[in-house]
Amino acid sequence: MASMGDTSPDVGRFARLQDQLAGYGFLAPWLIGFFVLTLGPAVASFYLSLTDYSGLNAPHWVGAENYLRIATDDERFWTAMNVTFTFVLLSVPLKLLFALGVAVALNKGLKGLSLFRAIFYLPSLVGGSVAIAVLWRQVFSGDGLLNQALNMLFGYEGPSWISNPSTSIYTLVLLAVWQFGSSMIIFLAGLRQIPKDMYEAASLDGASPARQFFKITLPLLTPVIFFNAVIITIDAFKAFTSAFIISDGTGGPIDSTLFYTLYLYQEAFTNFRFGYASALAWVLVVIIAFFTAMSFLSARYWVHYDD
Amino acid sequence: MTDATMTAAIARSEKEASERSPLTRAFIYAALVAVSFVMLYPLLWMIASSFKPDDEIFTSTSLLPHAFSADAYRRGWNGLSVGFGQMFFNSLVVCILVVIGNLISCSMAAYAFTRLRFKGRGFWFALMLGTLMMPQHAVLIPQYVLFLKLGWVNTIMPLVVPKFLAIDAFFVFLMVQFFRGIPRELDEAAVMDGCGPLRIFLKVILPLSTPVLATAAVFSFIWTWDDFFAPLIYLNDIEKYTAQLGLRTFVDATAQSDWSALFAMSTLTVLPVFILFVLFQRLLIEGIATTGMKR
Repeated sequence: MASMGDTSPDVGRFARLQDQLAGYGFLAPWLIGFFVLTLGPAVASFYLSLTDYSGLNAPHWVGAENYLRIATDDERFWTAMNVTFTFVLLSVPLKLLFALGVAVALNKGLKGLSLFRAIFYLPSLVGGSVAIAVLWRQVFSGDGLLNQALNMLFGYEGPSWISNPSTSIYTLVLLAVWQFGSSMIIFLAGLRQIPKDMYEAASLDGASPARQFFKITLPLLTPVIFFNAVIITIDAFKAFTSAFIISDGTGGPIDSTLFYTLYLYQEAFTNFRFGYASALAWVLVVIIAFFTAMSFLSARYWVHYDD
Repeated sequence: MTDATMTAAIARSEKEASERSPLTRAFIYAALVAVSFVMLYPLLWMIASSFKPDDEIFTSTSLLPHAFSADAYRRGWNGLSVGFGQMFFNSLVVCILVVIGNLISCSMAAYAFTRLRFKGRGFWFALMLGTLMMPQHAVLIPQYVLFLKLGWVNTIMPLVVPKFLAIDAFFVFLMVQFFRGIPRELDEAAVMDGCGPLRIFLKVILPLSTPVLATAAVFSFIWTWDDFFAPLIYLNDIEKYTAQLGLRTFVDATAQSDWSALFAMSTLTVLPVFILFVLFQRLLIEGIATTGMKR
């Protein structure tokens, strides 16, 4: 290819210019989007976080005041942190465990794999919708499906899980775990890449299935576990719709489902504190970045890469 | 080890690997069936309940309505000042425009990243990967202010226009992965035939990329259909509501007094996703598996 361009310097220069034009021409939509909708707004939102902007007034510079208030004088921020971290720390490991367990079970070469796979995948496709949040609201209400079933099977009269502040968060954790399907599919793809002869060699050496799982499957799957863990964690921090619908947008009862994103939404679009909400947004970005960075740093010690 | 014991060992291990003990198998099956049952039951029960009278919803866990009635669908469909038909239509318009926008802009970006040589390509590609991880909240408020100043709030523009600017980095990444697998000899042959970058894109790359384009289209449609946050922020008038917003408004309007109508409308809003899932299951599953694996 190079020899064609080299026949004359003029043609070469022309070709190179044409390459630049074509490259930037095709990249133009993305570039415009990047500057106008991502980079520009990111810079602007950092600036706004240092102001008292309400969307109506001109922004007044207040320095680090918003951040100081978040750290020292905002009870609901700490409530939201508490709720969000409870949700993340419970839902992420449970979801991973379910996804991995079911994937390993499905990977045994059972009949009906594709049917099971479809059934387990479906919830993660519809789980984020308003309809499912509405359904959850009924299922876990005082006279909802769960309590009817508990009553019928065990004669147990359950409380209203949704309107009880000490249990409401767990209904949301359950809703997240219910959507383990897409991680399971990524696990299945990972399992299929583990060479079969490794298992054959191991069982020749007399390794039990449990030993094979811990010595072969698990170590070779760590890159996939890592990938899934990062994705699920970021998703969990961003969860919004389910908490919004289940609590009517309040984060109730008594702020027990006040996800961070829900608090941010309320500050921005109910109270019109754009400056303060921007500061909240940046705190969330830093938290997510911190978690992602920590997982990448820790990966060195537990993620097994090919030689 | 003698030859005989060795053969026996191999035979045993092969047997174990391929079929395991019938008891283990039965146990795994039973567990899988139990988990599927528990997972699907609420969904099936929701559909069944949309055909039940209200008092039956709170007294029966059965999947079969005692007194079958489709009246809830009629009540729900016209339960708000604007019919659900209008809101389904609004959702459909947004979804179709988003699919078109994503397909055009993301495939163009992916083509530039994989096939065209220009200064700064690696730099922009790294930035694109960086935006994959970035939470939307960081840009939410300035974007809102921007769309407000443009007079786009309470229109579908904020939901649609960004998609024509390849804002969904996930799809760019998905297409980059796919385009990399298309043999370069095909482009080179086209260059020999005198094709420029545009014609190679249209005549070589795109026709060979129907699987990834279809995957991106179906995911775009489903995620846009299910999206609640953006319509919640940007749409104010009920005539402009999407189906998800309409359903949320219907929750308030019925004040939970007409659960069968609520479940009827819930079922209808899930239906398009379910149909796409049935039709394109393989595509969706492979799409997830490949992006998850190839990094």
